[in-house]
Amino acid sequence: MNKPLRRIAIFCGLLVLALLVRTNWLQFVQADELKTDPKNRRVDIARYAQPRGNIIVDGKAVTGSTVVNGTDFKYKRTYKNGKLWSPVTGYASQRIGANQLEKLYDSFLTGDDDRLFFNRTIDMITGKPQKGGNVVTTLNAKAQKAAYDGLGDKKGAVAAINPKTGAILALANKPSYDPSTFAGISGEDGEKFKKLDDDEDQPMLNRALRQTYPPGSTFKVVTAAAGLESGDYDIDSKTDSEDPYRLPNSSTDLGNEGNNPACKNASIRVALQWSCNTVFAKMSDELGNDKMIEEAEKFGFEKDVKGGTLDPDLDTPVRPAKSIYPEDNRPQNAMAGIGQASNRATPLQMAMVASAVANDGKLMKPYMVDQLVAPNLNVVEQTKPEELSRPVSPENAQKLQSAMETVVEKGTGTSGKIPGVTVGGKTGTAQHGENNKDNPYAWFISYAKTGDGSPVAVAVVVESSDTLRSDIAGGKLAAPIAKGVMEAVLDGKH
Amino acid sequence: MSNLTNTGSNTTVSSGGLPSRRNTELAMLVFAVLVPVFAYANVGLAINDELPSGMLGYGFGMVLLAGVGHLVVRRYAPYADPLLLPLATLLNGLGLVLIWRLDQSERLRQRAESLFGSFSPDAPKQLLYSAIGLALFVAILLLLKDHRVLQRYTYISMAVGLVLLVLPVFFPPVNGARIWVKLGFINLQPGEFVKIIIAVFFAGYLMVKRDALALASRRFMGLYLPRGRDLGPILVIWALSLMILVFETDLGTSLLFFGLFVIMLYVATERTSWIVFGLLLSAGGATVVATFEPHVQDRVQAWLHPFAKETIESTGSDQIAQSLWAFGSGGVLGTGWGQGNSDLIGFAANSDFILATVGEELGLTGMMAVLIIYGLIVERGVRISLAARDPFGKLLAVGLSGAFGLQVFVVAGGVMGLIPLTGMTMPFLASGGSSVLANWALIGILIRISDTARRPAPAPAPSPDAEMTQVVRP
Repeated sequence: MNKPLRRIAIFCGLLVLALLVRTNWLQFVQADELKTDPKNRRVDIARYAQPRGNIIVDGKAVTGSTVVNGTDFKYKRTYKNGKLWSPVTGYASQRIGANQLEKLYDSFLTGDDDRLFFNRTIDMITGKPQKGGNVVTTLNAKAQKAAYDGLGDKKGAVAAINPKTGAILALANKPSYDPSTFAGISGEDGEKFKKLDDDEDQPMLNRALRQTYPPGSTFKVVTAAAGLESGDYDIDSKTDSEDPYRLPNSSTDLGNEGNNPACKNASIRVALQWSCNTVFAKMSDELGNDKMIEEAEKFGFEKDVKGGTLDPDLDTPVRPAKSIYPEDNRPQNAMAGIGQASNRATPLQMAMVASAVANDGKLMKPYMVDQLVAPNLNVVEQTKPEELSRPVSPENAQKLQSAMETVVEKGTGTSGKIPGVTVGGKTGTAQHGENNKDNPYAWFISYAKTGDGSPVAVAVVVESSDTLRSDIAGGKLAAPIAKGVMEAVLDGKH
Repeated sequence: MSNLTNTGSNTTVSSGGLPSRRNTELAMLVFAVLVPVFAYANVGLAINDELPSGMLGYGFGMVLLAGVGHLVVRRYAPYADPLLLPLATLLNGLGLVLIWRLDQSERLRQRAESLFGSFSPDAPKQLLYSAIGLALFVAILLLLKDHRVLQRYTYISMAVGLVLLVLPVFFPPVNGARIWVKLGFINLQPGEFVKIIIAVFFAGYLMVKRDALALASRRFMGLYLPRGRDLGPILVIWALSLMILVFETDLGTSLLFFGLFVIMLYVATERTSWIVFGLLLSAGGATVVATFEPHVQDRVQAWLHPFAKETIESTGSDQIAQSLWAFGSGGVLGTGWGQGNSDLIGFAANSDFILATVGEELGLTGMMAVLIIYGLIVERGVRISLAARDPFGKLLAVGLSGAFGLQVFVVAGGVMGLIPLTGMTMPFLASGGSSVLANWALIGILIRISDTARRPAPAPAPSPDAEMTQVVRP
């Protein structure tokens, strides 16, 4: 009986060997993958085992951490004035997870980032708990407050950029939400999140970055830029356009708001001043779809050319939604040239348009994280401003500036005027919905100028306007908000 | 006779002079007590920043268990294998520490309070069961002077085994499996004892029938097929194990039970055809059962896709995923005693899944150590079987150690996601009275067989039993 016994011994040995191989596989080969699996609760437990680093605006933290008595989590995220800052910070919830800056810089905020290795090691040796790093944003607290308060109880969004650097100064959203309300782990937190998530008004939608709207007449700045760049048009020369304008290959006539007689055969300056649809629709048609796409892309609109993914160059680092200038037939292209048809832009995109014009044709890459700072206050990473593209030549940019300044001086955008400051702007009222039956969106894009260039460019969109009168709506509803933001930034400059 | 002395080998029949190795056992027992005591201190320091208050009592208890065990072996089984008792003591001690560590878990406490309204720690119960288990071990050594006595109870054990197997059907299922018998205060898992009783029955039955099974067969496609009437018992056993699987939804016991039978049959008959048969029958049976038994399907689903959302929804538990995360998070060196989160696994953390705590807190290193300890127990068991002089002892020893090895493989493989989970417990480590008692009894019987095997032969007259194997084949 000994021969089979020896075989049984080998068989048992193989069983043990199989277990040994399996445990090596799990705990050595696959260990990191399992350990960092986001569904592994330990990841969250470690994340909230110490106070999280802060997100900082103007030298002050807009986030915090508080001790809670939970089984798993020791610290909970808190937000100061959460509704104001949530479009910037995103949320970090024990129950739900994190998004936006909280998510993108999660490992830095928790202190797990490789760049904090030295700090971590020191803390470990000295027996101190691990500390997270801080994320210093480019935002301007006053401008943000002006934008948020300016929106009042209307739905909408504001994006403001420093045209010289691309630094984002304001990123407001209404309606908004307070991420503190669901930062914990309890079922109550889950319900609050669900309620916000199911809300028809979408308070958690970051409209400034992640919602696209038809840009309406504000897009005429891009069309004008394309016209000037083509060399076929100049800012003050007549455009030989009739009023009304019959859309190419169709029997539809396009008119102008208020049947403004100045629009007939108007120059680009006058057409911008009174927001003439006829002039820009015709210009878009004459330039053709390809040229319009090319120019829009230079301003940051992105077509699906890179395998359907957005050019990561536009990450702020939060990735904005894709703004679209579509490939389309002639009548649709003419309509897209005045910001209608399938033309879609985010508020950030339109702020970029204003900022490129204000910065003499140079478009800077928008960004909202200035520095990453280690717990010992060493700067670990400093963002350097980057040029994204040059959509217009400096001469043409200056021509566009003078025309946009005319809009504010004596056109549709007079409510954006700031005494003693040069302001350029463009109003817009975008029709939307089937047969345009929904309330139009009121737009205003603008920039303010001082002696050494422009410190701020703003885009404002208000979703529910109470009037259908084109342009005046953008001027009436959106321009005062932009004005407030510009004033807030300029105040800091003086 | 004299040429075999002092070789240290215990694989051949020898007539004397073998060292008893009792002092080796004592030295090993010192480690088997010290390691868990240090572990206990470690958990206390990690969780509460102080030495646990029960430190002295626990240490004293361990010393007492090990000391009594050792003295009884020294007195009543002086030639027994020196490793079995220390290995079992070490595992039992580590198991106590693991259970005590999980008792400290706030998560499990809250869970118990919300489900049952109260929380009762398992470590004191386990300590009590360990003491009873050791008492059973002592009783076996005292009462069972010679393991061959068990041969007399061949058919009685079959009857008792079958009754115990069928008993849980009349009790409500716990967590989906009918493996419990609840009588007032006593909760028994008869399956744990059945493996010993059935091993006794198989050893007795096969010792008598092995020639018929081995020899009366026809050659078919290179295999020796047994006759129908000899095939009968294996088919009955196979059908029975499937029935257990179906009625009690207890994958583990049926697998163990069947594997045990195939191993013993193979050893008794020396016919590979039995193994092939066994594998074919069990594969066929498992496939058939898996097609209509939802409990089994859930287990397979959880094994194949532990992280899938559908798995967690359909089985209502993410235990396998939690267990794998625990193993992975432990890494090579582990988090250290008391510093892991293996209690996330939930209710079975201190029974079926106790190995995940080893994996997380002691790491790959600790896991390999524990698996090798189990491997050593099985190895000593098979070695005892090789050394045994009588076929009954050989069969019983290989049956017991094979069952032990299979159980370790099935449980550890299950919690590590190597094979589908079957719902058995890790011998000695897991919390549960039946398991501790049964495994101490198993160790006791193995020690008794090894003592008989290694004891100097009383007289030159060779045992007629040992010569029975020399049969002429057709």
